[in-house]
Amino acid sequence: MKKTLLVLMLAFASGATVTAQTSGVPSVKLKDLDGAVVNSNDVIANDGKPVILSFWATWCKPCVNELNAIKDIYDDMVEETGVKLVALSIDDARTIPTVAPFVNGKGWDYEVYLDPNGDFKRAMNVNLVPHTFLLNGKGEVVNQHTSYAPGDEEKLFDLVRKTANGEAAE
Amino acid sequence: MRKNIFFLFSVAAIVLSCNNANAQSPILSGISGNFQLDAQYYLVDSAIGAPVVPEKVLSNGFGNLNFNYGNFTAGIRYESYLNPLLGFDPRYKGSGITYRFASFKVNDLEVTIGNFYDQIGSGLIFRSYEERSLGIDNALDGIRVKYNPHAGIYLKGFIGEQRSFFEKGPGIVRAFDADISLTEAIKSLNESKTRITVGTGVVSKYQKDENPIYVYPENVLSFAPRTRITRGPVSFYAEYAYKYNDPSLVNSTYENPQGIYKPGEAIYLNGNYSKKGIGVNVAAKHIDNMDFRSDRNATGTNLTLSYLPALTKQQTYRLITLYPYATQPNGEAGINTDVFYNIKKGTKLGGERGTDIALNYSTVHSIDKTPVASEQGYESSLFGVGDEEYFEEVNVEITKKASKKLKLILTYIYTEYNKDVIQGLSGFGTIYAHTAVADVQYKLNKSNTVRVEMQHLLTDQDMKSWAMMLVEYTISPHWFFAAFDEYNYGNDDKDARIHYPNLSAGYTKGANRISLGYGKQREGLLCVGGVCRNVPASNGFSVSVTSSF
Repeated sequence: MKKTLLVLMLAFASGATVTAQTSGVPSVKLKDLDGAVVNSNDVIANDGKPVILSFWATWCKPCVNELNAIKDIYDDMVEETGVKLVALSIDDARTIPTVAPFVNGKGWDYEVYLDPNGDFKRAMNVNLVPHTFLLNGKGEVVNQHTSYAPGDEEKLFDLVRKTANGEAAE
Repeated sequence: MRKNIFFLFSVAAIVLSCNNANAQSPILSGISGNFQLDAQYYLVDSAIGAPVVPEKVLSNGFGNLNFNYGNFTAGIRYESYLNPLLGFDPRYKGSGITYRFASFKVNDLEVTIGNFYDQIGSGLIFRSYEERSLGIDNALDGIRVKYNPHAGIYLKGFIGEQRSFFEKGPGIVRAFDADISLTEAIKSLNESKTRITVGTGVVSKYQKDENPIYVYPENVLSFAPRTRITRGPVSFYAEYAYKYNDPSLVNSTYENPQGIYKPGEAIYLNGNYSKKGIGVNVAAKHIDNMDFRSDRNATGTNLTLSYLPALTKQQTYRLITLYPYATQPNGEAGINTDVFYNIKKGTKLGGERGTDIALNYSTVHSIDKTPVASEQGYESSLFGVGDEEYFEEVNVEITKKASKKLKLILTYIYTEYNKDVIQGLSGFGTIYAHTAVADVQYKLNKSNTVRVEMQHLLTDQDMKSWAMMLVEYTISPHWFFAAFDEYNYGNDDKDARIHYPNLSAGYTKGANRISLGYGKQREGLLCVGGVCRNVPASNGFSVSVTSSF
């Protein structure tokens, strides 16, 4: 069993240059709010513009605070930089059915997807929510932040601006 | 163990061999990981009933290393519990590599060998998952194959043994699942506004019968068909689960100490209506003898196959977590309703900045059981509801942004909590509690914010009333400071009117976070997602570090 693993790994590592992929986001299957299967790589496509990838849950108060705070400046952000926010819910079977009503009840304009068993969360090494990634137009992670304090959304806006202008997001 | 180390080295060797001293090489950019450490220094405190900790310091830690290159992924996790924090199962004691896998995709086929997590439908018959903060990890170790032969058709099958702390359970789990989106799979339906998905899962476990007295079924089969129908703002989900007879420690009774031979059944229905500004969800669940594990002798959260989360609101405010509902897998019938509504800004009720309202109602009852004098234990029907109430709750939450700086969340919760049934005790009866919370946030300037929570739980039962206050100060984007105190001021026993003060501070930079705290913690149930664990009282200093890269 272990030897099989090793052989496989070596085989793939040696032939890997053929399938090189620049995206910093692994390919994982997610679900949209209608239950259809979508791929993480398609979810983060935004015509070369930056993407905010925000891991959240309906039961996570700081996450909801953050997404509410971004809501107030979202229209300006989109207009100015072309950014889109993808809200990735890590709700599990207990609270998944409330995600769509919750999002609509808050009046959020974000693209919302589900990660019902934490596959994408694991692939992105997310320990705690909220955890927010900023991706550049090529889909590479240029900044990430865990937890939320009011005011963080303004700093995020600045980083999005820099990323949209091709500057380093520091 | 030695094999695991061998594996770790092979990963490292591959990584190094591919690193041409170029930090930007695509191979290296495919490496990522995370880390978390929680440690606590325990003080002696008999007044709150804190157990004595001879080691004084306990800690839980883990680190993941993931490798992703094109269609190939591999990962490994090291965990260390020296010794496990209070409240975690002592069987976690130790350290080592608990998780390693490799996975590749070729066109429509995906193969995983090693450890993996998976779920079938909503989890009624199978969910393997990790909830590190609760000490839950029932990953399978085996082989999984996923195949996507046609648009909208997803098939998967797997076989494996389940993790039990640092060992594996005695059972073997075999499963197959098909998920078919008729809308995508059938050409003539592609443009249909109604989207229909159907699916079914089959799970079987094998465990040798080594009991000298009783005859146990060595193979136990379960299946669960499901469907989801969506049209515009409306969606409907239904799942039914059946499990063949599976006598176990969990469903054993006084008359049937070996467990009952009755099959298990569950039904889960969910209806949704939502469009911008309003959302409604109504759910109903009937569970009858559906505790399903890969080991018939396992209890608690160990070696579970079925995932049966509580069909009640997930509470986060501190005081109301005194009385969280926990699913009764041997039998319960419940409904849950949520309404989310956004009153538009500029209206009379909505004010200048709009107001959000969230309502929730849930109730859980026993199921209708007629005892029979046989190995079946009892008779029941699929929708039969019993007379005994286990839980009932009403939640009203209003979120209002009063000005650019001031934000309010006001919450009222009414709870009926059958402590005897939910906690498996006797003599406590049902607790009737009213809880009110005012959560006020004031933004001093661009980066500095102060938040105050005032909570009050009023009850004439159990430990009587509690009050709690929290003050939190945050400086974006790096710092937080918090202090809170819980006070059981209503306790009949004057000596038990104890304060539980807590202080904490934290620093976050990017994905790194470190926090320090001191506090007295009351005994209670800690719940995350759908599962709870009992945490004993403690008093001490804690440190927590998390990072990901």
